[in-house]
Amino acid sequence: MAEAQEFEKVLSGSDTSVAAFEDHGASFVTRIQHFLHSTPAAVPLIVLLLAIVVFGLSIGGRFFSSYTLTLILQQIAVVGILGAAQTLVILTAGIDLSIGVVMVISAVVMGNFAVGYGWPTIIAVPVGLVVGALCGLLNGALVAYVKLPPFIVTLGTWNIIMATNFIYSANETIRDADVAAQAPLLHLFGTSIKVGNAVLTLGVIAMVVLVLILWYVLNHTAWGRHVYAVGDDPEAAKLSGIETKKVLMAVYALAGLIAAFAAWVAIGRNGSISPSWAVTDYNLQAITATVIGGISLFGGRGSILGTLFGAMIVGVVSMGLNMLGADPQWKVLLTGVLIIGAVAIDQWIRKVSV
Amino acid sequence: MTTTQPLLTARGLTKRYGRVTALDNADFDLYPGEILAVIGDNGAGKSSLIKAISGAVHPDEGEIRLNGEVINFRSPMEARDAGIETVYQNLALSPALSIADNMFLGREIRKPGFLGRWFRMLDRPAMEKRAREKLTELGLMTIQNIGQAVETLSGGQRQGVAVARAAAFGSKVVIMDEPTAALGVKESRRVLELILDVKRRGLPIVLISHNMPHVFEVADRIHIHRLGRRLCVVDPKLISMSDAVALMTGAKKPPEEALAA
Repeated sequence: MAEAQEFEKVLSGSDTSVAAFEDHGASFVTRIQHFLHSTPAAVPLIVLLLAIVVFGLSIGGRFFSSYTLTLILQQIAVVGILGAAQTLVILTAGIDLSIGVVMVISAVVMGNFAVGYGWPTIIAVPVGLVVGALCGLLNGALVAYVKLPPFIVTLGTWNIIMATNFIYSANETIRDADVAAQAPLLHLFGTSIKVGNAVLTLGVIAMVVLVLILWYVLNHTAWGRHVYAVGDDPEAAKLSGIETKKVLMAVYALAGLIAAFAAWVAIGRNGSISPSWAVTDYNLQAITATVIGGISLFGGRGSILGTLFGAMIVGVVSMGLNMLGADPQWKVLLTGVLIIGAVAIDQWIRKVSV
Repeated sequence: MTTTQPLLTARGLTKRYGRVTALDNADFDLYPGEILAVIGDNGAGKSSLIKAISGAVHPDEGEIRLNGEVINFRSPMEARDAGIETVYQNLALSPALSIADNMFLGREIRKPGFLGRWFRMLDRPAMEKRAREKLTELGLMTIQNIGQAVETLSGGQRQGVAVARAAAFGSKVVIMDEPTAALGVKESRRVLELILDVKRRGLPIVLISHNMPHVFEVADRIHIHRLGRRLCVVDPKLISMSDAVALMTGAKKPPEEALAA
């Protein structure tokens, strides 16, 4: 034992437990806070179930039908996949505003190669995937090596890629019939599987499988833990021996690749391929799903399962309001309320650490 | 002391940040089994010296030798692989990750066989078992749940996790940067005991601290850093705290014999 200094002599008579927790004093609310802190996907799951119950009660059996519920899944498949990509980036305390247009340019490339140039679809699809990954890699390099803020980088690449998309494609839509005739493989993820009244598309299944794979990678591999560590405290991660730049590069490139995969799914859902998809706010929808899913914009916190629930919440709300015959603007308004609510809850849960 | 070879030496380390010279031809020697305290004013270059040794900063000039061999770390990971562990002042812990995940951050254990090789699956039970063993060894197992996030721990417990991580993996040298700066009286005492505990295992320790009573209590030798270089090395048994402070701040010139050490 170290020889104590004079004023420390009294320590020998003091309580010997080292900063133990006093759990018995914890109130019910504190316990909920701790539970939510350790189970980040719980909030969106509860909100999702609540939304289903509320709309189910007000609409009735029509809403609860397996047809309606699976239709919601079909509607959110593309945004859900983009949300998964966005989640990876936001976990590193970044943001990817270009993710929507990366998807569009990848779809256009796939379509042009398969239909326009007559390449085999089996090659056109990988070319599209590579284009998406390269866009992501560009974002990653600018963020990790040039050290520019992710918001600025992806705001720039958003515009650059959107313009490239219109210039390259001359804003020409590839018609559904042409895709079906020359490259039916591009419609693969639109293939539907009927189980009773439930209609699942391969796109829906792909979304769920992708999220589960990413959940596994993020929680049960070293690389996944590094993604969280980089978003949590990049300096600490670096000192712990993590190659933070490589992790960032990989995350942005993977996000681009997943966006290109979303392109394939989107072609299956829409049938045709249109460069003007670029004006749809896919980015914001993906960010919305991520934020409502409880992924902290400050990085390092949240579960990718939450993003899936977040996308489903938006899908349930818009379908429910639609069936109630409400003005579509109510959906927008409610989405705004959900975003603010989700971030407020995130802040409250974070206080557990103080 | 003079007959044994130093374990870790540095000669002529220089590091400039633009116009600022953080290290100016600095030397450093650490002998086996000792606790070497490094003291110096703010801005004297202590942190830069430590970062150069721990691989976090690459010096512009100079060489570092471990066991007589020249080493050239390009990242903290390389220093760690060479057996030099550092407890940074900010602890370098990832608040949202669990205690076990933090202790193995950057050197995770994978499941044996198929799951580990093909699915790269982490071996959580093995990591948690080793983390628990280490914390128990260091008397820190008042933490109930090894899976709890580090941010739910108190300052002393976090320090304990960082020290346990260094002690668990350090095979040659453990460097501690201000380990007691943020702690209360009781927790500081605990950390000082941990330091002596680590020394008893035969690991030499480099202790950076502003707390003179702590330095004089545990250090075998004191390296006084001033204006980017080593001013002198003194024996805490032969010098008073006020003299050490006077040397450190430039109020007093070092004696001839101390310069040679």
